[in-house]
Amino acid sequence: MKIKALSRATSSYQAPGSDVARQPRNLDPALHPFERAREYTRALNATKLERMFAAPFVAQLGRGHVDGVYKLAKDPASLERVASGSGDGVLKVWDLPSQDEVWQAQAHENLVKGMCWTQDQKLLSCGTDKTVKLYDPYNTPSNSAPVNTWMGEGAYTAITRHRTHPSFAVASSVISIFDLNQPSSVPTQTMQWPTSIDTITALSLNQTETSILASTASDRSLVLYDLRTSSPLHRSILTLSSNAISWNPMEAFNLAIANEDHNIYLFDMRNLSRALNILKDHVAAVMDVEFSPTGEELVSASYDRSVRLWKRNEGHSRDIYHTSRMQRVFTACWTPDNKYVLSGSDDGNVRLWRAQASARSGVQSARQRQKLEYDAALKERYAHMPEIRRIARHRRVPAQVKKAGEIKSEEIKALKRREENLRKHSNRKDTKRRSEREKMVLATEK
Amino acid sequence: MALLEREQEVPFKAMQTTNLVDADGNVQVQRRRGPPTARLNPEQAVLQKRQLQASREYGRGKSINTKQIKDKKARANLKALEERYKDATLKAKDAEILLENTEGFLEPEGELERTYKVRQADIRNEVGIETAKKGFELKLEGLGPYMCDYTRNGRDLLLAGRKGHVATMDWRSGKLGCELQLNETVRDAKWLHNNQFFAVAQKKNVYIYDHHGVEIHNLDQHIEVTNMEFLPYHFLLATIGNAGWLKWQDTSTGKLVAQTSTKQGTPTAMAQNPYNAIIHVGHQNGTVSLWSPNSTTPLVKMLCHRGPVRSMAMDREGRYMVSTGQDSKMAVWDIRTFKPVNEYFLRRPGASVAISDRNLTAVSWGTQTTIWKDIFSKHASASTQTKVQSPYMAWGGEGHTMERARWCPFEDVLGISHSAGFSSILVPGAGEPNFDALEINPYENTKQRQEAEVKSLLTKLQPEMISLDPSFVGTLDTASNQQRQAEKDLDRATGTQAERDRIETLKNRGRGKNSSLRKYLRKKGNKNVIDEHKTRVIEMREEQRRRAKEAKAGKKVEELGPALARFAKKGG
Repeated sequence: MKIKALSRATSSYQAPGSDVARQPRNLDPALHPFERAREYTRALNATKLERMFAAPFVAQLGRGHVDGVYKLAKDPASLERVASGSGDGVLKVWDLPSQDEVWQAQAHENLVKGMCWTQDQKLLSCGTDKTVKLYDPYNTPSNSAPVNTWMGEGAYTAITRHRTHPSFAVASSVISIFDLNQPSSVPTQTMQWPTSIDTITALSLNQTETSILASTASDRSLVLYDLRTSSPLHRSILTLSSNAISWNPMEAFNLAIANEDHNIYLFDMRNLSRALNILKDHVAAVMDVEFSPTGEELVSASYDRSVRLWKRNEGHSRDIYHTSRMQRVFTACWTPDNKYVLSGSDDGNVRLWRAQASARSGVQSARQRQKLEYDAALKERYAHMPEIRRIARHRRVPAQVKKAGEIKSEEIKALKRREENLRKHSNRKDTKRRSEREKMVLATEK
Repeated sequence: MALLEREQEVPFKAMQTTNLVDADGNVQVQRRRGPPTARLNPEQAVLQKRQLQASREYGRGKSINTKQIKDKKARANLKALEERYKDATLKAKDAEILLENTEGFLEPEGELERTYKVRQADIRNEVGIETAKKGFELKLEGLGPYMCDYTRNGRDLLLAGRKGHVATMDWRSGKLGCELQLNETVRDAKWLHNNQFFAVAQKKNVYIYDHHGVEIHNLDQHIEVTNMEFLPYHFLLATIGNAGWLKWQDTSTGKLVAQTSTKQGTPTAMAQNPYNAIIHVGHQNGTVSLWSPNSTTPLVKMLCHRGPVRSMAMDREGRYMVSTGQDSKMAVWDIRTFKPVNEYFLRRPGASVAISDRNLTAVSWGTQTTIWKDIFSKHASASTQTKVQSPYMAWGGEGHTMERARWCPFEDVLGISHSAGFSSILVPGAGEPNFDALEINPYENTKQRQEAEVKSLLTKLQPEMISLDPSFVGTLDTASNQQRQAEKDLDRATGTQAERDRIETLKNRGRGKNSSLRKYLRKKGNKNVIDEHKTRVIEMREEQRRRAKEAKAGKKVEELGPALARFAKKGG
């Protein structure tokens, strides 16, 4: 008779005197009952923990501005510096690691309307006092005189720089291109849509397709120009005017515009008659929008006193940031490392937020990282479960935003109802309904 | 396997080889993979065989046919997911080389040898000293018969004598944990989630003791309990008593989760299915009913024996049930389809049956215990299973009446408690050789035990997740569209106002002894569900009674006058 019985030595699992225990695994499913239910429970716990640790607000920078902050500009060549411009014409440069002010200057006599950093890390700003000024915050002390000044004819509203060429575009009712190396106040090029005379509200040069320029104006238009031919390419008229433009840094042909009708529209520049996506959640005009450096997400600032974060391919925001002291938000931007978001608001503060509300910076142990990755995978896998979805989506929203949202949805419902009734009782019955993504484009011109 | 064989029988024609260089000297590029019936080359065949084996052992059900999905994005996602699942099964299969131990065995060398003739002494001589020590006898006469229970990791043993003697011990080192003389009847004893707590069903109530033997809880809602089961992943203690009330108590929060009457009289047996945490209860009339805390009616009722059911056991993967009855039969059931597999005759009714991790079945009857092997097999269907002619091992015959047999997890050991104490016998090939230390660790130290306790409390499953199919959690709700539309109906009355209206209509339909509220409570007041609605009805009923009483008293004052009314009989 052949006989063998199990025998294991206790010492082989933990040697005597040692505090290191061996942990053998066996992946046989019979040894792991209820795996679905336990995995779901873990996913639920992970979701709850994520919401528990959600603390998006990091800090406000320094002591802020005296007047409201209307423009933020990050230095694309640095992870640390960001500039802000306020309503009293003051420019400040902030150091993000120390969250403090490092430089400031009284640049304009009136509102600062636009700012951007040049390739050699100098700061360009334009204002309603009809000047564009160039400062060198890295090499000069605070309150020093500008390196260069360009005088114009109208109040300037927006400024953007060329990716490679030392030139910048600045907008009033026309778009003027200046050369950075020529101190003269004569623009090298001027462009405008032939029939348009309205003020341009936003301007942005594509940083990948470097000669393409997009602008929005108070005549509700979105216009594309080509610098090489020095001519406008395309114009579409929307139902309301837009406040900001942002090009997708990863898909150079896509752009987002922040509209007065509370929505953000994503367009493909090759087809401006139809939006790629509409981001709806704000309850007041959207003042600013920016793509994240990865091109996957967006941040928007709104007149409803909130900042919202969006995924490019989803219709509703993934998060809303607000504090009780934050007033109308006029500008928001991502930091170049994709980890933080900055916002500038009417109350004069520049606020720093985490891009992922529950993420924490700092060194993580391998185990901790592994756990976070496992949790993320679990959350994704069980995201469709009602309880998990409810917890993941829940946000406390300020009362006025909530109320405004309720009123707005009622109004939209009423409008829809009215239109349907009209259709029902008129001869328009058989006409095709316009898709939601086409509705706001009133006309396109070439 | 069948698939492979079919593919190898393909005629030779399909395997034409083509010259890679044609007559002009041009190299031909072969793009097509060949017809689907083409013979596999040996390497591919081995790979495919391995893939089949892996998905059979480690797979989680059938794969999805991604070709049928029309949506491009969904198809691509699901294809990637299927690929990942396939890869995971192969990796799990590859990880098998890391398993350290192999199972034990007892094999006859000649045709005349029989495994059931092997005596414990023979086994002890053959195996090593350390293993031989695992077979021992405890003589505990006068306080028996004894019940026994192992902890989930098989390290500690709980013994409870009918007359009130309870003891715990670390049986491997032979150390006594605690010893109690309760001086009252003990009907059952059970370890909770680890070796720190155990529950004892005593004369009237169930008590929970800690590892020092200190009484920490008295569960006074469990009355005259005869059988107990602990559901370790749900932290539920399920009990059933003489009255036939099945109760689930959460041992982590202390709440009584559910209680329900089996309505079949005094139960004769109880067991849990370790695969889906369903409680099986055996009844006097030979039926076995399956219970979950989520329904007040049994999920399944099956007639298993002609006479009371004596005991039941389920295998760890929830595929088969073995039950014994007063009719001296041992029946094997497929509990996926609820069909009988085979029936065996025992000379005396089987008092206790237990199934080990490697599917050995121990059945104690009269003064004997027999151990059966292969009376059901994992992958075969119910109709193709053969009846085993002779048992694998046998033990006993010394005149002690068997009470309970329990397998020690992760060991080749069977614990048998009987009228004269407890015997631990060696059964080669019974235990799971390779444990998963992150699940249940038989060699855990204190720190690991504490950590495992916290982890298991964090992933504690809710009682609502108990169902016949435990993998229903996380699946899509495929309720019919019609039903969903009905739920969506905005005109449907819901909420507290609707509830109040419902009660108002009840209230206004008459008073008195047979008031509609009372009738409602009697007929619809499902006794163990106390929800908002019911409490409101009860309150209203009380209010009604109070008002009736007051009205009566007021009437008396009117009749007798204020001076004499004080002498009137109250309530009369």
